[in-house]
Amino acid sequence: MSNGHMTDLRTLAPGLADPAHDAQQLFRAVLDATSRPGRIVSLPAAPAGPGTPSAAATAYLLTLADRDTPVWLADAFDRPEVRDFLRFHAGAPIVTKRAEAVFAVLASATPQPFEGFNLGSDAYPDRSATLIVEVPDLRGGPTRQWHGPGIDGRAAVAVAGLAEDFWQDWAANHTLFPCGVDIVFTARTELCALPRSVAVEV
Amino acid sequence: MSLSSSADAPALARRQRWLSVLAKAPAARLAALWDGLGSVPAYALLRRPETGLVMVKGRLSGSGAPFCAGEMTATRAAVRLESGEVGIGYVGGRSACHAEIAAAIDALGQRSDWRDRLEAQIVAPLEAEADARRRAIAARAAATKVDFFTVAREANS
Amino acid sequence: MYVAVKGGETAIAHSLDLLADKRRGDRAIAELSLEQIDQQLGLAVDRVMTEGSCYDRSLAALAIKQARGDLIEAIFLLRAYRTTLPRFGDSLPLDTSAMVAERRISSTFKDVPGGQVLGPTYDYTHRLLDFSLAAAGDRPAAPTAPADTNRSLPRVGDILEREGMLEPPPRDGASEDLTRRPLTLPASRPVRLQNLARGDEGFLLALGYSTQRGYGNNHPFVGEIRYGHVPVGFVPEELGFAIEIAEIDVTECDMVNQFAGSHDVPPQFTRGYGLAFGHSERKAMSMALVDRALRAEELSESATSPAQDEEFVLAHSDNVEASGFVQHLKLPHYVDFQSELVVVRALRAEVEARRRQAVLDQAAE
Repeated sequence: MSNGHMTDLRTLAPGLADPAHDAQQLFRAVLDATSRPGRIVSLPAAPAGPGTPSAAATAYLLTLADRDTPVWLADAFDRPEVRDFLRFHAGAPIVTKRAEAVFAVLASATPQPFEGFNLGSDAYPDRSATLIVEVPDLRGGPTRQWHGPGIDGRAAVAVAGLAEDFWQDWAANHTLFPCGVDIVFTARTELCALPRSVAVEV
Repeated sequence: MSLSSSADAPALARRQRWLSVLAKAPAARLAALWDGLGSVPAYALLRRPETGLVMVKGRLSGSGAPFCAGEMTATRAAVRLESGEVGIGYVGGRSACHAEIAAAIDALGQRSDWRDRLEAQIVAPLEAEADARRRAIAARAAATKVDFFTVAREANS
Repeated sequence: MYVAVKGGETAIAHSLDLLADKRRGDRAIAELSLEQIDQQLGLAVDRVMTEGSCYDRSLAALAIKQARGDLIEAIFLLRAYRTTLPRFGDSLPLDTSAMVAERRISSTFKDVPGGQVLGPTYDYTHRLLDFSLAAAGDRPAAPTAPADTNRSLPRVGDILEREGMLEPPPRDGASEDLTRRPLTLPASRPVRLQNLARGDEGFLLALGYSTQRGYGNNHPFVGEIRYGHVPVGFVPEELGFAIEIAEIDVTECDMVNQFAGSHDVPPQFTRGYGLAFGHSERKAMSMALVDRALRAEELSESATSPAQDEEFVLAHSDNVEASGFVQHLKLPHYVDFQSELVVVRALRAEVEARRRQAVLDQAAE
């Protein structure tokens, strides 16, 4: 995992204040969010991190990423302080090819958000990527109806800042089940999960 | 994956030697020498001591391709002095205190006002003790060295 | 198949209490400390670290104490614990020629450079119970002799290799990790060795023995066995240079085997390799024998014996898996068994009816 770059630890942002307990609480919160798609979960223990991405995206990665889960960063986040932060605090390798990523951090405006990520295989659908999509707000956008496992009937979710064709792409991803990527939307210290099993009415 | 300028090479070699001596020292002995220093500059924990695993690699027949022989426990810590120097400690085993002291000494060793004192009071004594342990093991083993006499000598001897 | 059952919580809680009570034994007898287990039952600690695949003497001692000396249970405990820890990375490959050796023998060469060092071995004991150990007493310290600690110990295999008599080991190959990717067959030699290193000593001992008795005979010699202390090198990502993080004890066995040659390879000696944590000589030797036996196909030998059957060996070597599957038979199989009872009763009724009919038919004739 040589990268020809020495981490500058003199300026590194701190990670979780209490790694074991904070990670447990965060894991619980992430689990709640994933098992109840559309529910907005707040992450109080999230550290500020390196500035970008959001505290919620940072906390999600500190909770789940490690040296076995390569992380891909969209241009907006692919900066030395972000790479150093994730390498030091999560131990995660940073990759430049989408296909190698287990986690990816995207901006709401990142073009072709689904293109090239690992979808898993019929034998191992779990070997797919999880996309962390940074949005300006988890509320106040155009309302969509979500339904699927973990949702009692329908959930009205209004994620803001997504491109027009985002939901068409999502519909295509949903039809790949059991393969396909999973999504976590993040804004500030909140996140909301969209697993591949959930259908969204366009 | 190394410091770029050749002027850094001696500094790097010193850190490498120190960190290895500190990691291989018995944790209690290191703690005793560290306490013996008296007051030391304050530092912040950049990474709290954390225990994990390192996969120990062997090689086929000792010299061939690497393979995974099994894991070992290890503990790491990182500290930052108020003056900015960052120290890293990686030690075998599960002693949080061992890793933290190693990191603190690594950080202080980057300051010229501390380097000689740490070398004299901690690193050099630990190195001498490690050498004495190695010699004691070798001396006991040497007492069991044998010369087998074969009745028919091999063709080439 | 088993079906979940409910109830029995109190009985289970009391069973755990009883287990803890039995573990402590007679309170009038002093309780064992982990240091005592480490120091005085060191070879048990070595085995638990090797098969638990986790080098940590005090953790292994704790597991042995908790398991009341059941080493396979202790290995299970250590394996379970290691899954709770994050992985920092891979060490640099051990350099066993830099070992501070406590023992080093070769049964192929009498005059090896560095000499034959017996170290602490049971090989020359008479296997007579020593009743003096039944009482506590002062034990004399071992004798010493002058030694040169600056010389590294050349491996016997490397010397033979230079003469072209011994095959060199393959030098490259990405090293996969069974703890990260499950076993797939055929497995590479590094993966086989990782599997064998974690494997049950008794299973490998029996398989190794079977090769000597003719089930996949490969005519082995001990090229070299060495046991001692080696430094573990590691490159922390944030440092970018290698440091030594510890010194660990390992046992290494390079087994040398006669080989008549194939259409591609001239006659030469081939090798099997064993490496184990601590002083685990029987394990390292057995591992080396089985490693060599598993190379049958690669060396164009006929693979007809259990020790040469990769799937058989690699799928059954792990005593945590084996113990779990055998012991799961104790879980309630009541529903399963009831359905089988119904089937067997019906079959018996059918057989009985047919017998009666045959008797009636015979009487009618």
